Amino acid sequence: MKKVLALILALAMSLAVCSAFAEDTVTLRIAHIGPTTGAAALYGLATQHGAEVAAAEINAEGGKYRVELICEDDEHNVEKAINAYNAALDANAQMILGNTTSKPCEAAGAQGYMDRVFFLTPSASSTAVTEDKDNVYQICFSDPNQGAASAEYIASHNLGTRIAIIYNNADVYSTGIRDTFVEKAQEKGLTIVTESTFTDETTDFTVQVGEAKDAGAEIVFLPIYYTPASMILKTASDKGFSPIFFGVDGMDGILDVEGFDTSLAEGVMLLTPFVASSEDENVVKFVNSYKEAYNEIPIQFAADAYDGIYILVKAAEKAGITSEMAYDEVCDLMIAAIQEIEVDGLTGHMTWDSTGAVTKTPMAATIVDGKYVFED
Amino acid sequence: MTKAKRNRLIYNMITYGLVIAAFIILQSMVDAKTITRSLKGQLVPICAWVVMAVSLNLVIGFSGELSLGHAGFMSVGAYTGTIVSGWMLNVFDVQDTTLRLVVAILAGGLMAGLAGTLIGIPVLRLRGDYLAIVTLAFGEIIRNLVNVLYVGIADGRLQASFLKKTLPSQAIMLVDGAKGAVKIKPISNFTMGFILVMITLIVVINLINSRTGRAIQATRDNRIAAESMGVSVIRYKMTAFVTASVLAGMAGALYGLNATTVVPTQFTFNQSINVLVFVVLGGLGNILGSVISAAFLTVLPELLREFSDLRMLLYAIVLILVMIFTNNPLIRDFIGRLFQSLRRRFSHGSQDETTGGETK
Repeated sequence: MKKVLALILALAMSLAVCSAFAEDTVTLRIAHIGPTTGAAALYGLATQHGAEVAAAEINAEGGKYRVELICEDDEHNVEKAINAYNAALDANAQMILGNTTSKPCEAAGAQGYMDRVFFLTPSASSTAVTEDKDNVYQICFSDPNQGAASAEYIASHNLGTRIAIIYNNADVYSTGIRDTFVEKAQEKGLTIVTESTFTDETTDFTVQVGEAKDAGAEIVFLPIYYTPASMILKTASDKGFSPIFFGVDGMDGILDVEGFDTSLAEGVMLLTPFVASSEDENVVKFVNSYKEAYNEIPIQFAADAYDGIYILVKAAEKAGITSEMAYDEVCDLMIAAIQEIEVDGLTGHMTWDSTGAVTKTPMAATIVDGKYVFED
Repeated sequence: MTKAKRNRLIYNMITYGLVIAAFIILQSMVDAKTITRSLKGQLVPICAWVVMAVSLNLVIGFSGELSLGHAGFMSVGAYTGTIVSGWMLNVFDVQDTTLRLVVAILAGGLMAGLAGTLIGIPVLRLRGDYLAIVTLAFGEIIRNLVNVLYVGIADGRLQASFLKKTLPSQAIMLVDGAKGAVKIKPISNFTMGFILVMITLIVVINLINSRTGRAIQATRDNRIAAESMGVSVIRYKMTAFVTASVLAGMAGALYGLNATTVVPTQFTFNQSINVLVFVVLGGLGNILGSVISAAFLTVLPELLREFSDLRMLLYAIVLILVMIFTNNPLIRDFIGRLFQSLRRRFSHGSQDETTGGETK
């Protein structure tokens, strides 16, 4: 009897709480789309977890806006990306935080352009993601910006002039960064001594690393994801080759590769807007709640998505979005609002223009004692 | 009409009937807007995968050759289709989407057929495992070629190159190397997908029930016996192989023009294996089985979406269960008897509307 009574009371209380909120709160239904299974799962899970941490914070604060997160998996596959996008809209999503990776984001964003759905991608960095569409906005740098920023960083910090590039020529991300890097490097008087390529199936990097070594490279630029990068580092250490390895945001996550000896990554540099060991107050708070929830140190993708939720809420506030609005109505209001706001997030101070690209300063980190540390 | 002939006729009618019924039901759901976005978005891919499965069944089930490069032909079709469609739109200003789609599908089929002929001439002289290995390699070669293929429109004409810098910088890019076919205007629709599936069924079913088809099956059953009877093994295997590649190319064009972008990584060896799974699950030499399993296995991961990360695990379990069940003698016997009673009713002239139910 007591139990029943307690249950009824609890129910009544929760109802009371709900109705109290219902009066003046707005629930934003945001869909996170990213690869939570498959080869790029580490990124998709990071963005999903980052978004969940932000949503939990916002909901706990109890302000006017609350966030209901709808999570869909796109498996880093173009066909599945469309399926995930449709599933999200079937679940009544109003706007989309995604897709995490470039090609799926390009496909889903184009579909969203026709259907009028607002996209804010935490980490899809290819230019094709925003090209010819007014509905897709980025939190991360686009690939050309990353390649050019890397070359500029290497030149201005005098890290070396003889550069070898190892990149994945079957990957848009990798080739995109490589192209702009080469262009900028020539402009800055850096010499590309050798370039070698591989594809998604490559598991042996002896040839590529050997070429870089024979060419006498001081810096090896790796515009690639962390899995092949970990194999390259291993091969280089076996060959006794120790140049400066310089990566971009895809290198983030290398310390979490299972079975990888992290001491091999010592001294590796990468372009990243976020390091978890920073002493910034907001970063510490984020890292702590992230660790508590998922028992992991967040990578920059998580920080991007965390910022993403705050950006969406801020823009929604500016645009005056309500719970009842459908995605097509939300879209145009959000497009106008995001260009007017400025956000101070974990990944820097951000503003947007109508192209969809973000404006913020590039930063590079070095791996020291198994941690990312910002260079000055 | 002999008994065997009548059996075959009924079986074929069920195949056509089921596909037509599925089309009518789904299309009316689309018209009535009662369909979920999720299912609606998958209608065209389902058609493309059904065509892929049926055409691969022709090679594996009927000519008895294990081909592992079927996705390669699909990518040839997908790229050709998107290029042709973009070309027609940008150079000749053809606004009629149906015309563009039809021409693109035909061109996709033609190019894949050419590729099939080229690869078939040396490869079909090989036997068994060697053929599997060479077709596998072919699929990878195609994928690596399109990976460095650049096609653009400049100065009012189509230009292609394996080096991006040889194209004028102001060119409108249709295929951009590893970025794949870009900025495609999606023009595929479910009706065209359905028509393509019907064409595939008509072509394949009529082929295997013809004199040529019997010769193809004879080369599968006993190559030496067939040769000694004067059947030209290579010629008939070529017929099956090229027909299948044409159909795969058409499916590719349909599939490619359904999206805004197509990347080479969509047509890897894994994708060929995926189609092989459709065929094996549906039954070698079983056309209706291929249709059902391709449609079912395309939709299944989406149906399992709510189980999120357990999805792929469940997918594998469902695959294993279906394999076990369809090979269970009791169940086979049951289906066989159902089919028999159905045939009796047909021959007595009493029509039965529940024909679709037991055709698994």
